[in-house]
Amino acid sequence: MIEGAKWKKWVWFYLPMGLFILGLLFPFYWMLVTTLKPDGELYRPWNHPLYSPFWTSAPTLDHVKNLLQETLFGTWMWNTMLIALVATLISLFCGVIAGYALARLRFRWAGLLGTAIFVTYLVPQTLLFIPLAEIIRDYRIGDTPWALILTYPTFLIPFCTWLMMGYFKTIPKELEECARIDGATRWQAMVYIILPIALPGILSAGIFAFTLSWNEFIYALVFLSSPEQKTVPVGVTSELIRGDVFYWGSLMAGALIGSIPVAFVYSFFVEHYVAGMTGSVKG
Amino acid sequence: MAKVLISNLNKKFDDTHVVKDVNLEIADREFVVLVGPSGCGKTTTLRMIAGLEDISSGEIRIDERVVNDLPPMDRDIAMVFQNYALYPHMSVYDNMAFGLKMRKFGRDEIEKRVRRSAEILGIQALLERRPRQLSGGQRQRVALGRAIVRDPRVFLFDEPLSNLDAKLRVQMRVELKRLHHRLETTAIYVTHDQVEAMTLGDRVVVMKDGVVQQVGEPLELYGRPANRFVASFIGSPAMNFAEVTVNSGAEALWAEAPGLRIKVPPSKSEPLRRHTGQRVTLGIRPEALRLANGTDPSDYVFDSTVEVVEPLGNEILLDVRAGSHLMVARVDPGVRVKVRDAVRLAVDPERLHFFDAKTETAI
Repeated sequence: MIEGAKWKKWVWFYLPMGLFILGLLFPFYWMLVTTLKPDGELYRPWNHPLYSPFWTSAPTLDHVKNLLQETLFGTWMWNTMLIALVATLISLFCGVIAGYALARLRFRWAGLLGTAIFVTYLVPQTLLFIPLAEIIRDYRIGDTPWALILTYPTFLIPFCTWLMMGYFKTIPKELEECARIDGATRWQAMVYIILPIALPGILSAGIFAFTLSWNEFIYALVFLSSPEQKTVPVGVTSELIRGDVFYWGSLMAGALIGSIPVAFVYSFFVEHYVAGMTGSVKG
Repeated sequence: MAKVLISNLNKKFDDTHVVKDVNLEIADREFVVLVGPSGCGKTTTLRMIAGLEDISSGEIRIDERVVNDLPPMDRDIAMVFQNYALYPHMSVYDNMAFGLKMRKFGRDEIEKRVRRSAEILGIQALLERRPRQLSGGQRQRVALGRAIVRDPRVFLFDEPLSNLDAKLRVQMRVELKRLHHRLETTAIYVTHDQVEAMTLGDRVVVMKDGVVQQVGEPLELYGRPANRFVASFIGSPAMNFAEVTVNSGAEALWAEAPGLRIKVPPSKSEPLRRHTGQRVTLGIRPEALRLANGTDPSDYVFDSTVEVVEPLGNEILLDVRAGSHLMVARVDPGVRVKVRDAVRLAVDPERLHFFDAKTETAI
């Protein structure tokens, strides 16, 4: 901590911290204020005498109503939720099991396999979507939620595997050995001892995976075409930008409402999430 | 309760041969300690007995049954680990009950056994706590409790006391011994601390580089070490060694080095005769040395200079130089000597050890 005079603490701690928080929260404020502004205020030029970019004198819910009634926003939310949840569950399951095997089982090529999995994570999605599009077409799952549920794990599983592998390595192997001497099979030792201890790690992997799938854009843009199949990021940007007309109010309302579930997930698991980042078993 | 029989046990990790042809017979209710410097294969041997490491070749039997391919859970053993390996997400009670639950004991039976074990170890008040709320000594007790609650056939201990501070370690050592007397279960204990080995073991197995050097009761190892390594490893301060030449005199053999001339006692002269004219290693325990008084026969004394005085209270350790040899003598606390004093030391002829200079085995 910073010692000494009070002003030092203000200058070196509170002030930078305040600026930092301000910078982080400003986009959300901007979304909120744009959502609530009536169109008349929104499109005022900067040299208008009543120009007020950071404030609105006549807040309205018109944009929200427009978003919910004129577009398929509810459907998009549901699609995104379903796809993100199922993709996260699949990836988490595979990631936990693969991470455990790579961290614990001594087999040939274990190290190489770990690196190989990581390398697949490094292949950019902007390249991968081209061959994946072929596959999606061949299996005739284009324009269905499966197109995303099955492709998101291509980048989520490597990610979860690596995160879990690192986490499992921090758990002393004696715990497992002790459980096995105590009468547990390898599987029981994993279920009763290792997984409960790894819960913070599993939760952080889950949160990350959920967020990545929720915000994913390029696969959703390429593999889905009909409006009722779209996810929030794609739906909002494709249906609320028509040609060069931007429906700014509804666009921002969609972005704001769309970010609520992620914010909710984060705040709900924040304690576990932090624990997951700072290691597992202490003392 | 069980006998453990280890025959021709070997362990290889890729190219390194860490346990070499270990043979050991452990009697029912015996407390056997494996001791040696780090990397001597003692922990690997223990882990093979536990079933946590595969056996490269050889055989391990528990009560006549070959357990080589039996998974740890089916060997009916309990193990206490160096870092205790307490399950951090479970209370002390659940930690102790886990093994019983896995073995499908009834709820009442579990409760009864956990309470009884907790009572033996004096941890009844801690049953609801989590491991992280316990001190080192308390964790150690819980780890012990988890082992005894199952009433296994063999206890395995892997350096269980080395994470404790010195004072607590001495205390737990005594408790462990008391516990063993009470439970009368066969126990195999691994440590690198020779004091622990000597105080706890009915028998001690000294290992080095994967090879068993000597097996014996503590005082046997101390009094009749089989080779130079055992002699130097057991005992603190360590045995003094001097490279000497065996020369034959008028009616006896003499062990000679610059500044050192000691008559070979009659009991040793027969085996040493074959080494006449050769170099051997002379070993003298610090307590086999004392300050000479006028009446000592001149055959068993030598002159030296005091370099360091270590007054320990109940005794004084004198670090002296005799010729080119540095030695430690354990003398009476009443002795008044100062650094750089010249002192004449007498040796107890019956407590001289001789080792072959090449093979290092006792002569």
